[in-house]
Amino acid sequence: MNALAVPSNTFPPATYARPLDATRLLVVHVARGEVREASFVELPRLLARGDVVVVNDAATLPASVFGETARGEPIELRLLALPGEDGECDAVTFGAGDWRTPTEHRPPPPTLAVGDKVYVGLSSKHRLEATIVRAGDRRVGLRFERSRDEAVATLYAEGRPVQYAHIPAPLRLWDVQNTYAAEPWAAEMPSAGRPVDFATLDALRKHGVAVVRLTHGAGLSSTGDGALDAALPWVERYRIPPETTEVVAEAKRQGRRVIAVGTSVVRALESRSSIETTSLRIDARHHLRVVSGLLTGMHDGTTSHADLVAAFLPADLLARANRFASERGFLGHELGDSCLILGA
Amino acid sequence: MGMNLRGKAALVTGGSRGLGEALGEALATRGAKVVLVARDAGPLAEVAVRIRERGGEAHALAFDVGDKESAHRITGAAAELVGPIDVLVHNASTLGPLPMPFLLDTPCEDLEAVLETNLVGPFRIDKIVGGSMALRKTGVIVHVSSDAAVSGYPRWGAYSVSKAALDHLGRVLGAELGEHGVRVLAVDPGEMDTKMHADAMPDLSDTERAALAAPAAVAERIALMIEHVETIDPGARVVVSNWSAPV
Repeated sequence: MNALAVPSNTFPPATYARPLDATRLLVVHVARGEVREASFVELPRLLARGDVVVVNDAATLPASVFGETARGEPIELRLLALPGEDGECDAVTFGAGDWRTPTEHRPPPPTLAVGDKVYVGLSSKHRLEATIVRAGDRRVGLRFERSRDEAVATLYAEGRPVQYAHIPAPLRLWDVQNTYAAEPWAAEMPSAGRPVDFATLDALRKHGVAVVRLTHGAGLSSTGDGALDAALPWVERYRIPPETTEVVAEAKRQGRRVIAVGTSVVRALESRSSIETTSLRIDARHHLRVVSGLLTGMHDGTTSHADLVAAFLPADLLARANRFASERGFLGHELGDSCLILGA
Repeated sequence: MGMNLRGKAALVTGGSRGLGEALGEALATRGAKVVLVARDAGPLAEVAVRIRERGGEAHALAFDVGDKESAHRITGAAAELVGPIDVLVHNASTLGPLPMPFLLDTPCEDLEAVLETNLVGPFRIDKIVGGSMALRKTGVIVHVSSDAAVSGYPRWGAYSVSKAALDHLGRVLGAELGEHGVRVLAVDPGEMDTKMHADAMPDLSDTERAALAAPAAVAERIALMIEHVETIDPGARVVVSNWSAPV
């Protein structure tokens, strides 16, 4: 935990899916010790020709599906992935109710053991049977009995994105997809990329800034269970295409900046492992080897996100930046405002 | 160098019969991983099974492209099954109520419904897939058009309007995405022996019907066009019978 970070609730949450161009941008220039507000359309001019921006192109899953156990108990499953070739995927279970109740106040989910059945989907037309193949405390492995095509299509028809207590109107799939997203690997939206619309991508490239991608299966931000949450982030899969590795390496050789859009991109690039999963936790003690800048959302100072941000700048500058943004009413959480940290 | 379709991810709407079915087969034969979309799950699944029996890769997603809710379901499920989409073919379309009425007899709601399926539906999917293609600097988007897009035939009003707008959607999209490595085409397949053609013109004689092109032959040429897409102007409208592959 970062002692100098702002306390929680510094940035009130954005409570609806605001238009992308409503996003405000805080710019923190570490070498100059400078903190100011800029417009998002200035983003290309804040970077230099030859700099590289790396985005996470994971699409957001319809991760939240409702159903019931064989005993008729209501259950919500939050999928960490869609079923693979073997028909299996992992999920976290939640009890009765929905997102309008804060997760920590939800009743506990029904107990599930290996071999138990759950029925996913509330409409009889789209009901899927799944068998529990791994049972942790609240984390379970499921095997869907239908073909993978049918299971994936049905989960899309029945599921919706993970919802948040501070956003009353249900979020739809289109509210939580980044402009450039493709494969549905993210259990929750890689929200740092939300303001990066096509005009931004186009302007960055015209300015000589390369925009490249990796795919990182960002997991759940919270399970409402203290013991489970303390172990977040769990092991997450990522894939860095060879062309991205080359572009990033060339930028490093040329002394250019590598800007990560989102903490998931930082974790994948800094993991630099041939094993394509990561549970790397980054904090102020981490020496960044690849990434020299970060575009991210505004988050309170008590999260693993805030710990990661502390790797980019000294604690006093971080505290000043947070105060600056807080006084100006920047909004936080998934659909909130943005912060660009240009590293030293 | 054209686009080699082997291993590419292709999404084809209206894939349960006619040109869409034939395009699914033509792309799968070239080694593409094909996802077919149509409303009717039964016939669609049969097409996918047939392609797989011949050694191709095909998946079936039963969704309605005219339904707003379907757009992300289609693109998300398709990307999960075959990876980021490289080739997107908008073949699904509707003529509207049959027999096709004069424009003055066309209820406004029917015009809206035709635009929803033939124009807004493809636009929604283009918006989703186009961003990923631009980021990856690769991709081909094909809008299946009709000569009704350029000629004002009586009683073809709603369909004509939707196809003319779809052609122009492709022109602008092609201009915007061209420098990001994404090619957009409007393809006029010509008159084919399909259910849609029979719905539109039920009174053709056997001789007239025999003169119609076979969907499989047209699909082969469209697949060839995709392979040679770099020789075609971005956003261009191409009439299949007027096009030949560069030698």
